Amino acid sequence: MSQGFSIPRFKLPALVASLGSRLPQWPHSLVLATALNLAARIGLLPEDSLVLLEGRTFLVEVLDAGGQASFTYRDGLFRPLSTVPETPDLAFSANLSAFLQLLARQEDPDTLFFNRELAIVGDTELGLVIKNMLDAVELPQLPRLPAFRH
Amino acid sequence: MSRTQVPELICPAGSLPALKAAVDHGADAVYLGYRDDTNARNFAGLNFDHKAMVEGIRYAHSRQRKVLMAINTFAQPGRVADWQRAVDGAADLGVDAVILADVGLLDYASRRHPELRLHLSVQGSATSYEAVNFAQREFGVRRAVLPRVLTLAQVETVIRNTPVDIEVFGFGSLCVMNEGRCWLSSYATGESPNTVGACSPAKYVKWERSPGVMSTRLNGILIDRFGDDEPAGYPTLCKGRFEVNGDTYYALEEPTSLNVLEVLPQIAAIGVAAIKVEGRQRSPTYVAQVTRALRAALDELARSPGSFSVKPTWQAELAHVSEGSQVTLGAYNRPWR
Repeated sequence: MSQGFSIPRFKLPALVASLGSRLPQWPHSLVLATALNLAARIGLLPEDSLVLLEGRTFLVEVLDAGGQASFTYRDGLFRPLSTVPETPDLAFSANLSAFLQLLARQEDPDTLFFNRELAIVGDTELGLVIKNMLDAVELPQLPRLPAFRH
Repeated sequence: MSRTQVPELICPAGSLPALKAAVDHGADAVYLGYRDDTNARNFAGLNFDHKAMVEGIRYAHSRQRKVLMAINTFAQPGRVADWQRAVDGAADLGVDAVILADVGLLDYASRRHPELRLHLSVQGSATSYEAVNFAQREFGVRRAVLPRVLTLAQVETVIRNTPVDIEVFGFGSLCVMNEGRCWLSSYATGESPNTVGACSPAKYVKWERSPGVMSTRLNGILIDRFGDDEPAGYPTLCKGRFEVNGDTYYALEEPTSLNVLEVLPQIAAIGVAAIKVEGRQRSPTYVAQVTRALRAALDELARSPGSFSVKPTWQAELAHVSEGSQVTLGAYNRPWR
């Protein structure tokens, strides 16, 4: 939401996806699960939403990078899955720029969905739980930028 | 410098970060709801628990902005006390108004909390000044939110014939706009905004992908099919493409968003008290983007009402976040009555 920096819409060259998909996918899953556990541990993710994720499998697919990360949530921890499940309970797929715009809160997931830049397949309600859980996270306050309104 | 009176800007908050985004970007008031079926955006993981509610109200009030609480579903058989408790809770929290639709609940609130300001929700479906004046006479309603079925001339007629403040929608996803009386979600799923607080609840929605096409199903009913480059909308019956007399098209409503920027001067001139932004289900990013654009437009109108023109940057920002990537003036400029 800051005015100072914005992530442009871009698409990585097709070559990246063809290389990326041949690399081991396990490290992406490990990094993502570790980051989510960190967020949960410092209390950023609400308990009542986390409970709803118990035992479910997730797949995040970065289309233009050819990368996939899959994980589950069990006994209070996000855990990477060493093999990608054939039918995960929920799968998000988008290009890298869309994921970065989402993470930076530069774009709204519904906007990306309407514009067909983000696809969600599987348990739609589970997707809503995750979207709303991430929306409710209070990011650390950044120094105030010059206000738009005086 | 003299400033023209412009409508208040009422923005949606489905979470604490969204509330703060609305306040920080210039909303005069935010509206929110509990995490249950007492409000019409009862989506999984959305809305405010008690702690977030207290913090949100503190944040808004310390910046001289108002907080309106939507308790705008209809009390269900055997559970009337849940809705009454929601009203009691809102009064205890010190919100600036509650937004109600159910006449039984309006009656309860007006008797139990005579000091609590009451707004008639869009779900109350009051489309005439007689209906608005009834709510004022019987329950002391101070403001009514009009359904999006009226032309500007009809909105003006209501305003001229009622002492009640009138609020209209200024931006957000459009449905068939028959708010409070729509049966389409119930027809497909057995659940609706009036009963469970959600239109086309997510548990009934499936997006299926196959090469080159995405299909949307609601409780098994095929709603629409999109090619890879076609913009998508929410998975509701009213925004589905159906075969009618051999033609397949958006027979009820296209995926689109209402945007009143073009008629903002007329809206202010006829005395609309407030404009509301739809979208408690959207993220804090959307709230920031829409609030910023509408605040800029309203401030410009207040400064120079005679030479107001819509800036392309506002239009671009609003079109970008719109459903189906398109906007409309909706009923406001339709010739029919």
